[in-house]
Amino acid sequence: MTPDLPPLPPLPRLRDGLLAVLRRDLLLAMQRPGDVLNPLFFFAVVSTLFPLAIGPDAELLRAIGPGVVWVAALLAALLSLHSVFLGDFEDGSLEQLLLSAQPLPLIVLAKTAAHWLLSGLPLVIVSPVIALSYDLAPASLVAMPVTLALGTASLSLIGVVAAALTVGLNRGNALLGLLVLPLAMPVLIFGARTVSLAASGDGIAAGVYFLGAYCMLAVTLAPFATAAALRISNE
Amino acid sequence: MWIFFHKLASPPHFYALAARLVPWLAAAAALLIGYGTWAGLFVAPPDYQQGDAFRIIYVHVPAAYLSMMAYMVMAVAAGIGLIWRMKLAHAVAAGAAPVGAWFTFLALATGSIWGRPMWGTWWEWGDPRLTSELILLFLYFGYMALRASIDDPGRADRASAVLAMVGAVNVPIIHFSVEWWSSLHQGPTLVRRDGPAIEAAMLYPLLAMIIGFTLLFAALLLSRVRAEVLFRERRARWVARLVRNEGGSA
Repeated sequence: MTPDLPPLPPLPRLRDGLLAVLRRDLLLAMQRPGDVLNPLFFFAVVSTLFPLAIGPDAELLRAIGPGVVWVAALLAALLSLHSVFLGDFEDGSLEQLLLSAQPLPLIVLAKTAAHWLLSGLPLVIVSPVIALSYDLAPASLVAMPVTLALGTASLSLIGVVAAALTVGLNRGNALLGLLVLPLAMPVLIFGARTVSLAASGDGIAAGVYFLGAYCMLAVTLAPFATAAALRISNE
Repeated sequence: MWIFFHKLASPPHFYALAARLVPWLAAAAALLIGYGTWAGLFVAPPDYQQGDAFRIIYVHVPAAYLSMMAYMVMAVAAGIGLIWRMKLAHAVAAGAAPVGAWFTFLALATGSIWGRPMWGTWWEWGDPRLTSELILLFLYFGYMALRASIDDPGRADRASAVLAMVGAVNVPIIHFSVEWWSSLHQGPTLVRRDGPAIEAAMLYPLLAMIIGFTLLFAALLLSRVRAEVLFRERRARWVARLVRNEGGSA
């Protein structure tokens, strides 16, 4: 007969770990609102640069508007990428996350979600206003946030892989752009094209489907690549 | 069979084997490229539409093909190195990247030179192949930059291996999205290579060039990997012995 052992404490569920990491990252960000607002200001400023550089030709601005807003959003999302793991790396909590009993890809997914909520979502919300300033057609005011939501999510997922690869490197910041931007090309192409198509009155379903499919692929594969990259960077 | 692979993975063995292979590969490459150059320039008839300008394909097509091929070699080697922790595979990936980047550059340069008389511009954003080659070049740059910026060689190997594999998943997506992008935009491009079957006098030099370039790639890759292996194993005893012996014979 086996001796009576005290019952084991219940294991934390996967969802608890995911939500705990998400909550922690959001709380940390709330304590430094500047970090959240910076990408947003950057987005607005870059979108302002183009009309000033090119001149107030309404026809031309309408034509380049979708592309400009998309490029500005990509750069703004890129701006905050290198800090995704930086704070945790510096104070050592990243090693605690690596030692956690929770699966690392899930933790990484939570951190990616936090990054998107803080850097992607604000851009999505503001983008119709920027689109209006370029005098885009009403249909593209819908297409812009929809494509940006899917596109910035994909960008966060891919970008976090690169952030994990470069965490702790001195020259990480400039390197990050070189690593992420070529990989983000399909998202940019389809995002900006779809908004242009919407502006000229065409359907946007094909582009949105593609962006959705790309985002699904990224959700499926990127957390595993990020987890592998984090382990490599921290051994 | 397995013994062969185990031996191949051991640096001193590979070093000696590659030393024997490189001259043969280089000689065969020189022969084929020499024939292809001569036949491509003097034997093949001028194209009825493009005149003599088409002859640049004898450099352009093999270079473009190898730019993709080298990325595949790099990604597969990186994957093998990551999964089985095989140091030689990482050395192969490290050696393939610069060679691949040069082939990509060559393909871009020749494509652009060809585009000048054909399209009237040095660069045509509407051509999907040229654009995706350019992105491929950036991917190579990113890979080499990441590798160069990590000081610890083990970490550099594995971090860049992850990047190579992420890139390998993305290369086909990038290629097709660029292609769809321009088809959404302006219909089929000016260049259609699936036109009438190519004439034999044009085809044979092209085949010779493709095989010759592939052999050249193999010879360059093996030489680079030899140098890489020698550098990585510089503290190993077999390298010390090698240096002593060569020093004695010289």
